[in-house]
Amino acid sequence: MTNETLTDAETRDLRALAGVMIPASITYGVPGADDPLIFDEILRNLERDTADTRTALRHLAELSGGAFADLAPDRRAEVSARFKQEGGAPLFSLNRVVLLCYYRDDRVMRSLGQEPRPPFPKGHVVEQGDWSLLDPVRQRAPMWRRA
Amino acid sequence: MLDKVDVLIIGSGASGAAVAWSLADTKMRILCLEQGDWVKPTDYPTNGRNWEARLFSDFAINPNRRARETDYPINDANSPVKVVNFNGVGGSTIMYTAHYPRLHPSDFRVKTLDGVAEDWPVDYQTLEPYFAENDRMMGVAGLAGDPAYPLHHPPMPPLPLGKSGQRFGKALNSLGWHWWPSDSAIATVEYDGRAPCINLGHCTPGCAQGAKASTDITYWPAAIRAGVELRTRARVREITTDETGMATGAIYYDAEGQEHFQPAEMVIVACNGVGTPRLLLNSVSGRFPNGIANSSGLVGKNLMFHPFALTYGYVDEPLDGNHGPPLNLWSQEFYETDRSRGFVRGYTLQLHRGTGSIVEAITSTAAGRLPWGEDHHKVYRSLLNRRLAMSTITEDLPEEHNRVTLDPVLKDSNGIPAPKIDYTIGENTRKMMEHGIARSKEILTAAGATGFGVEAPIMNGGWHLMGTARMGTDPERSVVNEWGRSHDVKNLFIVDGSIWVTSGGVNPTSTIQALALYIADNIKQRLANATLFD
Ligand SMILES: Cc1cc2nc3c(=O)[nH]c(=O)nc-3n(C[C@H](O)[C@H](O)[C@H](O)COP(=O)(O)OP(=O)(O)OC[C@H]3O[C@@H](n4cnc5c(N)ncnc54)[C@H](O)[C@@H]3O)c2cc1C
Repeated sequence: MTNETLTDAETRDLRALAGVMIPASITYGVPGADDPLIFDEILRNLERDTADTRTALRHLAELSGGAFADLAPDRRAEVSARFKQEGGAPLFSLNRVVLLCYYRDDRVMRSLGQEPRPPFPKGHVVEQGDWSLLDPVRQRAPMWRRA
Repeated sequence: MLDKVDVLIIGSGASGAAVAWSLADTKMRILCLEQGDWVKPTDYPTNGRNWEARLFSDFAINPNRRARETDYPINDANSPVKVVNFNGVGGSTIMYTAHYPRLHPSDFRVKTLDGVAEDWPVDYQTLEPYFAENDRMMGVAGLAGDPAYPLHHPPMPPLPLGKSGQRFGKALNSLGWHWWPSDSAIATVEYDGRAPCINLGHCTPGCAQGAKASTDITYWPAAIRAGVELRTRARVREITTDETGMATGAIYYDAEGQEHFQPAEMVIVACNGVGTPRLLLNSVSGRFPNGIANSSGLVGKNLMFHPFALTYGYVDEPLDGNHGPPLNLWSQEFYETDRSRGFVRGYTLQLHRGTGSIVEAITSTAAGRLPWGEDHHKVYRSLLNRRLAMSTITEDLPEEHNRVTLDPVLKDSNGIPAPKIDYTIGENTRKMMEHGIARSKEILTAAGATGFGVEAPIMNGGWHLMGTARMGTDPERSVVNEWGRSHDVKNLFIVDGSIWVTSGGVNPTSTIQALALYIADNIKQRLANATLFD
């Protein structure tokens, strides 16, 4: 939608923020959203959200008093907590891009027990279920009003 | 100048396709102008790994977000419910979820039964054969015997219950409340050359399997085989008239922005509850200074949406997630009026399956459930595939201040004024939503869910667009007569959701299409006895 790209400084802050949002986890064996492959995907998918992302990152830089990426861990945590409260719609758009790239990464999908593939053409199996559950409803008198 | 046609249909969606197919057997020269393109099955999101992500880009349901060249912008700032649609061959059926209930007999008689709004000039019984014909043409899955409806026989077996369906069924049984497998416009077996559903689970933004009955794969192939011409990338600016006040055709822009005049003996408008009033209001002339067919002043007024309330919770075991069509059951327990509830009319409860992994992450973030940092992974795993959700589809009563007008500034890429929506949720509807949310929580509790969330109204929930050119017998209180013809312009017809008098509390497409077939039949009968333009 737009040819705008982020500046290097914005890119660094976005990556640092993505790592705060979803850090890598040893427990679950997953990368963070700042993982190089995932982060590249995020940059490629800003599309309609580029302007909002830039607005959010400007706000983040203001709260950080400079580059968010250069803050010490404690200060990062403090700033990101405040940003989460105050970031509003632009932050929501940024966060959404992070999520929609993170939750389609092969490694992440596998850790969730999901096959990393598109739904088509294989599809999925859904059980028919127990249709006798409907028996009490079948026995009801008509409920619609005659008009 | 282009050759004159007998019938010019504007809009190729649910109603435009049905009317085109039905009229084809007259052997008249029929042309449909559609502003959008054909969508290829290979373009649908479920073909790729970014299938969920595309819900937020080129397959977004909100046209302002999607912003394809073929879309027109809508000023929705003054409405808590935003209009969603699709512009292309098949219209919004490309993007619908194919939940396919009919209106009930009582929905056509709201004034007589409940003393509100107006009765319709047609009734369920009159439409019954058209419902059946439409079910056959679209291909409907369902189960005969629902006590909430007059008996009818969907041509295919119902969608699978799945894990969530069984939970809901048990919960509703324990409360003694009605539920039933939905009529769904989704093929559950091979049907008329279409392959059966394989539970791709992402029906709304288009079905790559072709199991979902969008009209580009149901009515249109049959209509085209029968000789109807469908011209895409043809965006109509206005309907033209002559000095006698009859419609003469339409002016449209092609993909290159070239203007054309298409002459016609009669014009049928099928642009939906927002696109139709927009087109009528844009069709201004000395004779029709307030827009064509608008002597009543009602074009654009009485917009009805069915405000939706989404209520959900989480259970302690994985369900089907987004596998399978998202909607497969309904409850009509609270559909018919019971004044002790504090409102008149009623609502459907639409029971959902779960969501995909990205939509779960995004909606849970919006709801403030999904933290940043270390805990993110643990919390996310407690939510994924555990969501049990339902929505309340409220009957929205007609109110004139809820309306579509022309925006004084906003225009589409051809410079045509865009629609502006002014809409507030009425008191009766609000009470109904609250009632529905409370009942939904009872059902979810009985189904073992906790941690409730509510979105009311669903903001991007303006998918049902009705009432803005309503039908009736009184030309001062309606825009078209009881068989869809404009009171003012005797060769102009409207067949889409704008002609609805009241909204009922169910998804509208089955009834929109039955009405379009009914109007087509009326046109044919009056053509046969030469009274069509009397
Ligand atoms: C996300 C979503 C989910 C839905 N789910 C359901 C559901 O489960 N069940 C249900 O019953 N309904 C559902 N609906 C609603 C359903 O799609 C509509 O009720 C139905 O398609 C309306 O039919 P229509 O003929 O009135 O208009 P549409 O199908 O919207 O067709 C209108 C057509 O007119 C064209 N058009 C408009 N203006 C012009 C112009 N000036 N020139 C040329 N062409 C023009 C448009 O491009 C479009 O193709 C859903 C809709 C959406 C968007």
